[in-house]
Amino acid sequence: MKYRSSLLFFIALLLSVNGWAKTESYGYPFVDPYVATVIGTPRDLQAEPAALRGGHVKRFELQVFADRVKPDILWYDKGLRTAVAYQKHKAPLIFLIAGTGASFDSPKNRGLARAFYKAGFHVAAISSSTHPNFIISASTSRLPGHLMDDSRDMYRVMEQLMAKVAGDVEVSDFYITGYSLGGAQAAFLSKLDEEKRAFNFKKVLMINPPVSLYNSVMKLDGMLNNIPGGVDNFQAFLDRLMDAFTEVYTTEDHVEFNDEFLYTVYKHRPPKSDDPLAALIGTSFRISSANMVFTSDLMTNAGYIVPKNRVLSRSDSLADYAKVANRITFLQYFDELLYPYYQSKQPGLQRQALLDQLSLRSIEDYLRRSEKIYVVHNADDLILAPGEIDFFPEVFGSRARIYPTGGHCGNIDYQQNVDYMLKLFSE
Amino acid sequence: MKTSIVYPARILLTSLLLLWLSGCSTMSAQPVAEVPARHPVESVVNSNVKYAVDVYDPWERMNRRIYNFNTKFDRYVFLPVVSAYEFVLPNFVEDGISNFFSNVGELENFTNSLLQLKPTATATALGRFVINTTVGIVGLWDPAEKMGIYEWKEDFGQTLGHYGVGDGPFLVLPILGPSNLRDTTGLVADSAIFNAIDPFDFDDHSDRAVPYYLLNAIDTRHRTAFRYYESGSPFEYELVRLLYGKARQLEISK
Repeated sequence: MKYRSSLLFFIALLLSVNGWAKTESYGYPFVDPYVATVIGTPRDLQAEPAALRGGHVKRFELQVFADRVKPDILWYDKGLRTAVAYQKHKAPLIFLIAGTGASFDSPKNRGLARAFYKAGFHVAAISSSTHPNFIISASTSRLPGHLMDDSRDMYRVMEQLMAKVAGDVEVSDFYITGYSLGGAQAAFLSKLDEEKRAFNFKKVLMINPPVSLYNSVMKLDGMLNNIPGGVDNFQAFLDRLMDAFTEVYTTEDHVEFNDEFLYTVYKHRPPKSDDPLAALIGTSFRISSANMVFTSDLMTNAGYIVPKNRVLSRSDSLADYAKVANRITFLQYFDELLYPYYQSKQPGLQRQALLDQLSLRSIEDYLRRSEKIYVVHNADDLILAPGEIDFFPEVFGSRARIYPTGGHCGNIDYQQNVDYMLKLFSE
Repeated sequence: MKTSIVYPARILLTSLLLLWLSGCSTMSAQPVAEVPARHPVESVVNSNVKYAVDVYDPWERMNRRIYNFNTKFDRYVFLPVVSAYEFVLPNFVEDGISNFFSNVGELENFTNSLLQLKPTATATALGRFVINTTVGIVGLWDPAEKMGIYEWKEDFGQTLGHYGVGDGPFLVLPILGPSNLRDTTGLVADSAIFNAIDPFDFDDHSDRAVPYYLLNAIDTRHRTAFRYYESGSPFEYELVRLLYGKARQLEISK
């Protein structure tokens, strides 16, 4: 009995010390990585919750390839959409690379843009190479997923964008950052820049990048298994989600449909387990990947989901194709489209060799010796396989900063994270 | 004199028509044979499964054409006008105009809350209207919100939904965007009620109606963040169709 109570006391002490250490050094509110990933940072804990105002944001639709051909069903795509926020004076410029499936003006990119703009940077935001608009207007292969090749496409875009704004923007130095897949790309872009020297990046920051693309997509694809009864029961899952939303919406006094909505729902009715949150993350990833796969299929006439050579009209229903696209795993896309494409370009290319190229380990030496490349990550990031987080302190040493919590990019807007990021870029 | 102008015009038209027809025929002259997809629809889609993406949409072709028309109207007419409006007017004037139309909208909120026998919502609409029309100077400001009385939107589509009327077929309305048969009926009813009340006496001053509706349309677009085809998703139409229904389901439930 005595032994037991002293053990309990010891555990309590450990917990309290642990809790104390966390709240003292890092105050991000969600210790559950699933909650962090879905909810992000509540508005009152964000660094720059106010919108970027003023007339100093210019949007562009870049004609990256003069002779680009695309099927009529994608008629609405008029070029690669990007935006630049200008300072009125000479200033450093930072490129922001969005994460998987995200556009240049994704909420996370917007948050970063607000912070950097306020800190005195010109900001140029670029969509992910996996975003449909990028595949249609800026991807050479039209099959995204290859870190180096996608980065070449992106580099071309960045050069064209700078040529376009040359008369209006006076740049002192170039910087680059990106989150998630965009974080990994920032490192590849930096490596490419060592040859091409168009920007001579002064500093590079990777935010929550994957180590191995394969491991990360396997984890994300697997999260859909958290839908009770599997993907076929998505409708029932959505209905239950709607019931929860309805309950909160009808009982809370004042609910707005904005970025705080999920947080409101969470506060009112926290899920009993992580399963529905994991299912949501998996769903969000699958929707991105379905958009990507279907767009690639249309652009390459691969006959993957749409019959080869079928000409879709602008009024044709795409719902059935959506059902198919939403069942394709990223692994299938890799094995059935990406790998065959690279095999045809490099006969004899082994599957594992291609997978190895889709990893930060393929440029590990470069990352190890490049003093200008930094990384911020979270110990509980959901896209990393067990143990993968150790890659960062091991390779980057003191250039890696690992937060104890935050899940996948959940803390990207958190005051303390933004402060550190800005401090890094002001040194 | 007259024929000399008409005649070349007719030749031009005829040749354009021929050109168009020939263009069409060359395009369809050599159809390339289709090859079945690697993941054909038939092999995946299961009739026993309920798919979220399936929404009752018997007029889909027409809806998609209107959706595309709206995209172009937005791009070439509506958004440029809204941009000019936002460029010319200072933010506080834009906000004042938005408040003004919201305040007029309290009439709609009031009648529909009353029709649904919702005392809190009815009192909210009435309270907001009285406070904002007086203290808020004809609704240009929204002091009611500062007092914690938030707008509670109700329209006739919600009233119909409240009494159990289903969505009906999905509809995309020209310029106005996604809707369904129930909500379009509601829209007609709401504007009929508005015309019956006629708060601005458009009956006797029809010259007021055009600028009113024009400004109302610009303000509404100014407040609506949605941009056609900016989600990037090739399935955007399906997504909008699904989310419209879900959002309305939520609104009706309150």
